[in-house]
Amino acid sequence: MTRTRFSRKRSPEPEKEKAGGGGAVMRVIVPLQGVVQGSGGLVLGSIIPCALFYFLQFYLKRNRDDPNDQNESNSTSQTQNPTTRSPSSGQLAELTGLTRTPSRPLLSPRSHTGPVSISGRVHGIVKGSDSPYCVGLRRVKEDPYDELGNPNGVIQLGLAENKLSLELVKDWLTENASNAILGNGKELSISGIATYQPFDGLMEFKVTVAGFMSQVMENAVSFNPSQIVLTAGATPAIEILSFCLADAGNAFLVPTPYYPGFDRDVKWRTGVEIIHVPCRSADNFNLSITALDRAFNQAKKRGLKVRGIIISNPSNPVGNLLSRESLYTLLDFAREKNIHIISNEILAGCTHGNEEFVSMAEIVDQEDVDRKRVHIVYGLSKDLSLPGFRVGVIYSFNEEVLAAAKKLTRFSSISAPTQRLLISMLSDSKFVQTFITTNRERLQRMYVQFVAGLKKLGIGCIKSSGGFYCWADMSGFISSYSEKGELELWDKLLNIAKVNVTPGSCCHCIEPGWFRFCFATLTEKDIPVVMERIQKVTETCKLNS
Amino acid sequence: MAIEIEQPSVGLSKVAVSETHGEDSPYFAGWKAYDENPYHESTNQSGVIQMGLAENQVSFDLLEKYLEEHSEASSWGKGAPGFKENALFQDYHGLKSFRQAMANFMEQIRGGRAKFDPDRIVLTAGATAANELLTFILADPGDALLVPTPYYPGFDRDLRWRTGVKIVPIHCDSSNNFQVTPQALEAAYSEAESMNLKVRGVLITNPSNPLGATIQRSTLEEILNFVTRKNIHLVSDEIYSGSTFSSSEFISIAEILESNSYKNSERVHIVYSLSKDLGLPGFRVGTIYSYNDKVVTTARRMSSFTLISSQTQHLLACMLSNKEFTENYIKTNRERLRKRYDMIIKGLKNAGIQCLEGNAGLFCWMNLSPLLEEPTREGELALWKIILNEVRLNISPGSSCHCSEPGWFRVCFANMSEQTLEIALERIHKFMEQRRRN
Repeated sequence: MTRTRFSRKRSPEPEKEKAGGGGAVMRVIVPLQGVVQGSGGLVLGSIIPCALFYFLQFYLKRNRDDPNDQNESNSTSQTQNPTTRSPSSGQLAELTGLTRTPSRPLLSPRSHTGPVSISGRVHGIVKGSDSPYCVGLRRVKEDPYDELGNPNGVIQLGLAENKLSLELVKDWLTENASNAILGNGKELSISGIATYQPFDGLMEFKVTVAGFMSQVMENAVSFNPSQIVLTAGATPAIEILSFCLADAGNAFLVPTPYYPGFDRDVKWRTGVEIIHVPCRSADNFNLSITALDRAFNQAKKRGLKVRGIIISNPSNPVGNLLSRESLYTLLDFAREKNIHIISNEILAGCTHGNEEFVSMAEIVDQEDVDRKRVHIVYGLSKDLSLPGFRVGVIYSFNEEVLAAAKKLTRFSSISAPTQRLLISMLSDSKFVQTFITTNRERLQRMYVQFVAGLKKLGIGCIKSSGGFYCWADMSGFISSYSEKGELELWDKLLNIAKVNVTPGSCCHCIEPGWFRFCFATLTEKDIPVVMERIQKVTETCKLNS
Repeated sequence: MAIEIEQPSVGLSKVAVSETHGEDSPYFAGWKAYDENPYHESTNQSGVIQMGLAENQVSFDLLEKYLEEHSEASSWGKGAPGFKENALFQDYHGLKSFRQAMANFMEQIRGGRAKFDPDRIVLTAGATAANELLTFILADPGDALLVPTPYYPGFDRDLRWRTGVKIVPIHCDSSNNFQVTPQALEAAYSEAESMNLKVRGVLITNPSNPLGATIQRSTLEEILNFVTRKNIHLVSDEIYSGSTFSSSEFISIAEILESNSYKNSERVHIVYSLSKDLGLPGFRVGTIYSYNDKVVTTARRMSSFTLISSQTQHLLACMLSNKEFTENYIKTNRERLRKRYDMIIKGLKNAGIQCLEGNAGLFCWMNLSPLLEEPTREGELALWKIILNEVRLNISPGSSCHCSEPGWFRVCFANMSEQTLEIALERIHKFMEQRRRN
């Protein structure tokens, strides 16, 4: 089998570790209607998880030493990776890792005056209610776009949510729900869901999930249910793997731009570090092995032990896929350095277009490689549009990791009635097939139209084959080629165009001017409206520059 | 043929390989024995009867009846109008309707003697997660929490494993029915100091597991006094608050705070769950109720790692908002638990076994110290093995609860049918008779 090595390109500009930038994937605030027995009425379930303070972080950064100049060997808390918002529940708090330095101004519990003190993990949290992201969120909440009711409202393009095919799920539930949860076709029996169940998930559910994962990946690989550990969402799946594969003070290599939630999931409670591996537009933001190598060596020089690489395939925010060759190359690299690979494949069912999606599992299957270093993360939040149900998967080829992860799921188990419901739903293979196909078609259609619309405005996008967003180059419209310029444009988009999008700095993108536009919360009718709005801003920017 | 050079295998973290999960203790070994040979009324009458699992199965019928009559709880009603929002809802604040329902439920359990603000409720997937989360927030790695013994064996794992926090025991003994004393509190604090550990708080379980008894008002006040003097936190795990046998005997720390007009309350945090009172451990529903704004905010954010399924929140919001259902459930559940308790106490008494006087929980604290070959931990474990292997009952030895006096055992009575409980009591009776003859 021939494997093409990645061409080692020289980077066109000096490496600059992107240190600033909070991440943010805006959440849509959806008025929640719940008719509650006995009390009725509308229940507004809005929320804004506001802990992102991107700007504050950025300006704080300016007043501190450049982290690249730091020489400390073991300290983890000095490398400030800003907090980022996660698309999953709520906001991230500022992350400063575990407190190691005694110089922190903690109040001594022995002092009888002053408030009772809390842990170092809390001290880093800054209330970011004035950060741009919170501002953006509030704006959407206060003034949400509605075609008929509020045509001038703010359009949400910052939330990686897929509403395109949700009504298919709803229809299935309308017909099958009650039975699914309690009956399983037989008489009502609560003891099957009420009592203690295995923390890592019902075996029946694991079997169903394994089958679903296989279907989603077009049967290119089969998943073994006994290698599955189920968690309450992919968020704890990532955290659990971080706890299992690395000690506090160790590090993972993560290609940028990356999903902002990783800062919280990988680092917050674990004390583990993330080392950015910058990807560039010249490479279409594909991962270069040179950059990986360089990052690994830099980490070594800083005295940081790298325990693994975390890749996302399809990636967020760019939406590109890792080719078969690059997966082999990564495996080679991991073997050479004796480190782990975590492959986040949560968007595997949201691929569209012609490019082939290859799961890490498929590579491991085909080659007799040492598989103990490969772990896959999956979930139902994206592919099945059910983030509220909290279903995440750790799929590993390493028995020790599975054993440890299993024990850790006691802190993040999936609710049993939800498992029962989904067992029924996902066992309906006809429904699953229809859903997967329809979902892909709709994503493809929306993607093509959205990208075309942006193109007409002079905004180019990286070719994406997965996810529900476009990664757009708006560097031509920013006043200064910097994070500041990028944020200014973001602000204009929010307040003038009234669209909420995700700036690349949130995702630690090393090149300013890139934005992520999520289109899966829209309908086709909304696209022209969005384009018109964006045009308002791009026109003025062109005039200015 | 070239010899393959073995590469050192890719390593795991200290957390992954640590024993702090505690699953090698007898507490869990007994469960394994049960799993391998579980008692069954008709198909395996000589199997091991599980009396080591604090699960409440006495009131399932009430839950089933509710669900049968209220299909909208489990299916979002005809046409599923709320489904979409529910499916997409992953906000860590949690469904407002559910938090409101939880607050009301907690108030009901305490006979309305304390008020709960839904905005102070943080939702977690079970009390296990709630306790761990609070520990992450209140203490740094290497710090210590003081916990009265005997305590729930799971704490060793939940409070220590990933957090790196240590537990220093507050020793209690049978001389005063295992109540916490000011001396014991001071002694534990000094012990921590002598080990150079920074004490961040006290964690009590009220009603107590494994004692099966509520904490007296005066003791609660002393504990509150102590934590205030030391300027540390107090976590009150009230997971069994709805499982008291009479409504008036349980006093929540919330009541004490209310009677003090909530002075100094920012150091107090309550943990609750539906796993025991409502018999729904499979649903994974836990809460942290904190009087400290910063803790609430942080806990909420951290709860991202342990959210409750929105579907479950919706179902329970419906159920717990139904006052008729909750009032009837609380009352009936109490009565049935009391009946079971009386049954087991009587049965044990007939067999010549004394128990600590209890008034809550799903278990009783049984004294088998007269039967020990030697009054040591080894003696206790030897007896435990005999009871597991010969009498075929899985009960929990006090040593796994860090009890300083050997010979005490926790026996659960609510996770089985009455018939099974009778069989268990018969077996104990026979065992005691044999012992007497020998």
